[in-house]
Amino acid sequence: MTIKTYVSCWLLLAAFLVPCAFGADFKVALVLDKGGRDDKSFNSAAVRGATKAKDELKGLSLKIVEATDDNAFESLLRSFAQRDFDLIISVGVSQADAVKKVSARFSNKHFVIVDAVVEAPNVQSLIFQEHEGSFLVGAIAGTMTKTGKIGFIGGMDIPLIRRFELGYGAGAKHVNPKAKLISNFVGVTSDAWNNPAKAKELAVSQYGQGADIVFAAAGASNSGLFDAAEEQKKFAIGVDSNQNWIKPGYILTSMLKRIDKAVFDACSDDLKGGFNGGVKRFGLADQGVDFSVDEHNETILPREVRARAEKLKAEIVSGKIKVPDYYQKKK
Amino acid sequence: MSDTGFLAILIQMVGSTLRVSTPLLFASLGGLMSERSGVVNIALEGMMLIGAFAAATVAFVTHSPWLGAAAGMGAGLLLAACYGLFVIQLRADQIVAGTAINMLAAGITPFLSKIFFESTGSTPSLPLDDRFQSAPIWIAWILVIVCWAWVNFTPTGVWLRFAGEKPEALQSAGISVIRVRWCAVLASGVLAGLGGASLSIFLASSFSRNMTAGRGFMALAALIFGKWRPGPTAVACLLFGFADALQIRLQGVVLWGTEPVPVQFIQILPYIATVLVLAGAVGKSRAPGALGVAFKKG
Repeated sequence: MTIKTYVSCWLLLAAFLVPCAFGADFKVALVLDKGGRDDKSFNSAAVRGATKAKDELKGLSLKIVEATDDNAFESLLRSFAQRDFDLIISVGVSQADAVKKVSARFSNKHFVIVDAVVEAPNVQSLIFQEHEGSFLVGAIAGTMTKTGKIGFIGGMDIPLIRRFELGYGAGAKHVNPKAKLISNFVGVTSDAWNNPAKAKELAVSQYGQGADIVFAAAGASNSGLFDAAEEQKKFAIGVDSNQNWIKPGYILTSMLKRIDKAVFDACSDDLKGGFNGGVKRFGLADQGVDFSVDEHNETILPREVRARAEKLKAEIVSGKIKVPDYYQKKK
Repeated sequence: MSDTGFLAILIQMVGSTLRVSTPLLFASLGGLMSERSGVVNIALEGMMLIGAFAAATVAFVTHSPWLGAAAGMGAGLLLAACYGLFVIQLRADQIVAGTAINMLAAGITPFLSKIFFESTGSTPSLPLDDRFQSAPIWIAWILVIVCWAWVNFTPTGVWLRFAGEKPEALQSAGISVIRVRWCAVLASGVLAGLGGASLSIFLASSFSRNMTAGRGFMALAALIFGKWRPGPTAVACLLFGFADALQIRLQGVVLWGTEPVPVQFIQILPYIATVLVLAGAVGKSRAPGALGVAFKKG
């Protein structure tokens, strides 16, 4: 054995041993989808929740990766499962197939998927009642519109985003039966989450057709809507994270989807040994979805509009109003 | 759409078409420079991407869209120099090197954004005053005219064409083919970088990862469709822009029955238009004779 191979053997061994020495940690992997951690919306919310878990929970270490294309999910998940990661969190509906495959292969590992249902004992599926939150911002838009026309811009044309659209339109019609909804989608591939230039053209077109409030659920493409709102001096509604700060004065409110909270809870539950497979639903009742009010929009969102939305929220929670759900409609 | 006037729709469509086609115009003029000189340039996509990143970064720091555009051009130039080194100096395969340049740009932009802004592939949003309002549209069309006049009516324009058609003839006339191709490729980088800049600081307000989304390749298609000539190429860019504007308008419109036409169908319209047009509506498109062939001084 030459010296060189001898040394490299030891180095190789060390490379395996060193991580084991620190292996006492509870290791969490967060796999983001194509929007990326800076989408200021969907993925950013997941990152916030996981980072908070890392900062506040003792003995938890975190690794965040972004998949640059849809074919990367499976190999990323597999590589985490093969290593000593305890909990693997997949963000986004496009990862459902990959989670299904990899979780079946590694039944001793825990998986969490956001926005999709994967039926397996070691997978927890976090589902949000987007239609309820969208109903509320739809009602706000329906109350505040002066032209009687409101707009919706979806990212990729998938049932999940259609759920936002349906709830939003229903909310607007509930308070303003004559309200007209103009609806567009950025695209039909996952590039649609990352195409602000196209989203801006869609928004300019909708404002041009008379819409004065536009709601977008389009990941990183949302910034295109906000630019258009600023240029045309019209209103926009943000999504997933609280986006009011991005263009204060032009963003009426944001439909919150508390992925941060759900991801944090998933980490903390699993750390304490309380992991449960199955579906966890987050709705208006537990503030899993909501609309945002903060210092950036309290001057543009009148008190009575807020009060009305709160009242509608209570009525949905109590079951007095039934919000149409695209997932149900499809069946 | 019945309650909006036809004229209003038309004006909106024209505006939309002009905006959407601007980055394509710059990039396809860049492609024209390079390809007329005999160098295939599928690296346009990467040059646009790096230009978009540099422009958004510098415009954010200096609060000037003009400096941002200059930075975009500079970044495109640097990447083009890299490309030129491989394909002109070292005579590497142009398709392979071009692909490598695209991958380099896609990889280096998130890396740099991590260093500059602690983000993974996006730059901070630019306020309204730090972006262009309509200047790039005018600049693009002025460049189309300048390019057309230059290629057709100037001695250096003749050099460019000969470098792509009959490089040996140019060389024997005492003009360095290598030098002409270098200038052409560098100019191509500058134009593609400007195209990227118009995307990040004119159409959008920040850089986001892979924001060019295939526009470099669309520009190449426009170039082929325009038979490597400035005028028809510009028209091709407009056609792509129009198809895009049209599909935005047609989404959700009920054409027959009660259900609107599916988005998926509407969104393939620009591509159907491209395929139909390329498949024969414009007649035969002939590439420069020596396109893709590395020149070796004999």
